[in-house]
Amino acid sequence: MNAHLQPSGSAYFITKPTAKPERHTLSVLVDNEPGILARIAGLFSARGFNIDSLTVSETEHEKGLSRITVVTVARPKILAQIKLQLERLVPVHKVHDLTEEGEPLERELALVKVAGTGENRVEALRIADAFRAQVVDASTSSFVFEITGKPNKIEQFINLMMPLGLVEVVRTGLVAISRGAAPM
Amino acid sequence: MAEQMSGAEMVIRALKDQNVEYIFGYPGGAVLPIYDVLFQQEDIKHILVRHEQGATHMAEGYARSSGKVGVVLVTSGPGATNAVTGLTDALLDSIPLVCISGQVPTPLIGTDAFQECDTVGITRNCTKHNYLVKKIEDLPRILHEAFYIASSGRPGPVVVDIPKDVQFAIGEYMKPANLSDHQSYKPHLDGDLGAIEESVNLMLKAKKPIFYTGGGIINSGPEASKNLRELAKLTGFPVTSTLMGLGAFPASNSQWLGMLGMHGTYEANMAMHECDLMICLGARFDDRITGRLDRFSPNSTKIHVDIDPSSIGKTVHIDLPIIGDCNRVISEMIRIWREKTDKSRISEIADWFKQIEKWREVKSLRFENSDKIIKPQYAIQRLAEATKDKDTYITTEVGQHQMWAAQYFPFEKPNHFMTSGGLGTMGYGLPAAIGVQIAHPDALVIDIAGEASVQMTCQEFSTAVQFRLPVKIFILNNEYMGMVRQWQQLLHGSRYSQSYSESLPDFVQLAQAMGGKGIRCENPNELDDAIKEMLAYDGPVLFDCRVSREENCLPMIPSGKAHNEMILPETKNIENVIDEKGRTLV
Ligand SMILES: Cc1cc2nc3c(=O)[nH]c(=O)nc-3n(C[C@H](O)[C@H](O)[C@H](O)COP(=O)(O)OP(=O)(O)OC[C@H]3O[C@@H](n4cnc5c(N)ncnc54)[C@H](O)[C@@H]3O)c2cc1C
Ligand SMILES: Cc1ncc(C[n+]2csc(CCOP(=O)(O)OP(=O)(O)O)c2C)c(N)n1
Ligand SMILES: [Mg+2]
Repeated sequence: MNAHLQPSGSAYFITKPTAKPERHTLSVLVDNEPGILARIAGLFSARGFNIDSLTVSETEHEKGLSRITVVTVARPKILAQIKLQLERLVPVHKVHDLTEEGEPLERELALVKVAGTGENRVEALRIADAFRAQVVDASTSSFVFEITGKPNKIEQFINLMMPLGLVEVVRTGLVAISRGAAPM
Repeated sequence: MAEQMSGAEMVIRALKDQNVEYIFGYPGGAVLPIYDVLFQQEDIKHILVRHEQGATHMAEGYARSSGKVGVVLVTSGPGATNAVTGLTDALLDSIPLVCISGQVPTPLIGTDAFQECDTVGITRNCTKHNYLVKKIEDLPRILHEAFYIASSGRPGPVVVDIPKDVQFAIGEYMKPANLSDHQSYKPHLDGDLGAIEESVNLMLKAKKPIFYTGGGIINSGPEASKNLRELAKLTGFPVTSTLMGLGAFPASNSQWLGMLGMHGTYEANMAMHECDLMICLGARFDDRITGRLDRFSPNSTKIHVDIDPSSIGKTVHIDLPIIGDCNRVISEMIRIWREKTDKSRISEIADWFKQIEKWREVKSLRFENSDKIIKPQYAIQRLAEATKDKDTYITTEVGQHQMWAAQYFPFEKPNHFMTSGGLGTMGYGLPAAIGVQIAHPDALVIDIAGEASVQMTCQEFSTAVQFRLPVKIFILNNEYMGMVRQWQQLLHGSRYSQSYSESLPDFVQLAQAMGGKGIRCENPNELDDAIKEMLAYDGPVLFDCRVSREENCLPMIPSGKAHNEMILPETKNIENVIDEKGRTLV
C-alpha cells in the first residue's frame, strides 16, 4: 500500500515527492490574543511549511476573533498536515481551505508610487484609469495610486508602471472569502 | 461572593482545587510571593530540586506513573530556560505537565530587566500551549485552563508565566469551571462508529493481523490497557508495542511479540513487515519504528486509532483512520466484535502464528553470557528476576542500557516504565525515578542508567536523600557512551571520537558524599548478592554495575534498511552492513 512512496534508503526517511505542489488559500479563525501571529508563523517555520502571503486583522471585535489568511504552496500531504497542525493550536477556532472549497474571492490592495513628468506621467494616469486605480496622492512630479484586485492584476499594473517611473510598492497581502451565503 | 486574594495565593489555591499534592520547584526572585504563600500552608508539598531540568523530569515521572498532571514551579530567566529540555521532552512523549514560571513585573517586560527572558517566546514551540498572564483578572481562568489543556486530548506540557506584579495584585478567585465547552479547543474522544465497525469487519477477515500499540494506550489510562488485553483475547491476534507503550500488554502473554522497531525483536518486525492487517492503537509511526518507509509493511491494510488527527497519515498512508480516545474506541471494537461473533480467530490465523513461531526461533535477543565479566543483558535479567514479586517501576536514561531495559525487563503493567522516547534526553531517568517514588512511596523504583547519562542530572541524588526517597540507580557502567560508540563502530570505521567516558567519578564515593549508599559489582557471580544488598537498603542507592565495555545492542534495523533486514546477534562484520547512503542518516 506504500507503492506511492519512492525508495531513498534511510531511517530518517526522505520521501521523494511524486505529487505536485499546489497553491492554497487558507482562512484561519483565531482568538485575537497577544502572540497569536507568532504562534502561527512559528508553526510554519518550525515545521518547514511555506508561507507565500499572510494577513491578519481583527474581524469580530465583540468575540475577540481575528481572521488570518495564509497563502501556501505545498504538496497535498503536507497541505493536510498544515491544516491539521494549525487546528491543534489552542487559540485556533477553524481552518478553512478556501481553494479546496471552491473558487474563493481573493483581493489584495497595493499602493504604488510613480514619479515622472511629460508623456510618462500622462501614460501612467491613462493606465491607472484602465485598472481603476485611484490617485491618493499627487505632486507635480509624482503619483501614489491605490489599486485593489486579484494579485495578478496588481502584478500586471506594477509591471506596466515599471518603465514609467515606478518608485515604490507596498502590498497588503491577500485576503479571501468564500462565495455564496454561508459563513466560514 | 467570590473570594479576594493575591495572585500568589490564587496559584496555590488553584493547585489545591486541581487536587495537586506535590510540586517540583526551585525558588528565585520572580516567584518569591508564591514561595511565601507556599510557606504558610501544608496541603501542597514542595520538592526542592537541585536544577530545574530535574524538576521537569520528576514531574514527568510523577505524571506518567500516576496518570495525574505533574507540576513544576520555577523562577524567571535561568529558571525558565533550565526547564526547556524537560518541557520539550514532555511535548514529544505526550506527558501532562503544568509549569508555572515567574516573570519580571509587567512594566519591565521588554527592557532586558534582571533575569528577564521571553519565556512564552522560548517555550512556544516546546509546549502544547503557553500563557503570559498580564492581568490578575485572567489568572484563575488561565490556571484552571492550563490543567485542562495539559491533561485532556493528547496530553502535553503547558507553561503559565506570571509576572511578579500580578502575583502581588489582588483579585477575585474563581473555582475550576467545566471547560469541556471551551470555544476553540475540543479534543475528539469518540471514534466514528461506522469506521469502528469497518475496522472490526477487516479484523474478521484478516489472515495475518497484528496489533501495533503505543504510548497512546498508556495516555488513555489503565482501562485502555485492560480493554486492549480483552480485545487481544477476543480476537487471538498477536500484539507488539513501541517503547512508549511497554506494559500496556503483559510480556508474559503468549500473544506478545516483544517491542518492535530499530531495536525490536525479529518476530515483531517481521510480523509488521508481513502482516495483511495492521491495527495501530495510539502509536505514531515514528521513524525508529518504520525504518525504510517505502518498504514498510508493504502488503497490509492499515487502521490507525489516534486522538490527534495530525498523527494520522503523517508519514505512512492509512487506509482506515479513526480519530478518538484509545479506550473508547477499543471498548467499541469489543462491543461490535461480540455482536458479530463469540469466537476468536485463533484457528483461522493458525498458519500466521506458525510463521511467527519460526521467527521466534531465531531468538533475536540471544547473547553470549560470560562468567568472568557481567554482560549488561544478564544484569537486567538478574534485576528482573530479583524484583519480580515486587511492585517495580523502571525508569531509564538514554542509550544502550535503555534499549536493553526495554528488551530484557518484562513489563506486565501499564505506567510502570518511564523513559524518554521522543527526545531521547540523557539525564531523564534519575529525576524521573524520584518523581515516580513520590507518586508511589511504597513501590520499588529503579533507574536503569548509563554512566554517561547519569552524570547529567546526578545532583538530584541529593534530592532523593533529602526527601528520603529510596530510589535505586542501577548504572550499567560500560565506560562508554555505548550507543554513540556502537554507531561509530557501524558507521565511522570504529573511530571512537569522544565517546569514551574519561575520568569517571567513583560512584560509590559519590553516593556516600551525598548521603546515600554506593555499591559496586564487577563479578557476575557476585551480582545476585549485590542486587539483594541494593534492594535491602532502605534509602537511595547508586549501584555501579561494571559491565562488558564493547557490547552492542542488537538486534538492530540499520539505517536505510527495512524491517526484514535486521542485524541479528550472529551477524558478522557489522561494520559493513550499512551502505554509503545509510551513513548520512541517524
Ligand atoms: C536511543 C533510542 C532508541 C529507540 N529505539 C526504539 C525502538 O527500537 N523501538 C521503539 O518502539 N521506539 C524506540 N525509540 C522511541 C522512539 O523514538 C519513539 O519515542 C517511540 O517509538 C514513539 O512511541 P509511540 O509511537 O507509541 O508514540 P508516543 O510518542 O507515545 O505518542 C503517542 C501517540 O498516541 C496518541 N495518543 C495520545 N493519547 C491518546 C489517547 N488517549 N487515545 C488515542 N491516541 C492517543 C498521540 O497522539 C500519539 O500519536 C527509541 C528512542 C531512543 C531514545
Ligand atoms: C542530552 C543528550 N546529549 C546527547 C545525546 C546523544 N546520545 C545518545 S545515547 C548517548 C550515550 C549514552 O551513554 P551512557 O549513558 O553511558 O549509556 P550507554 O549507551 O553506554 O548504555 C549519547 C551521548 C542524548 N541522547 N542526550
Ligand atoms: Mg555507558
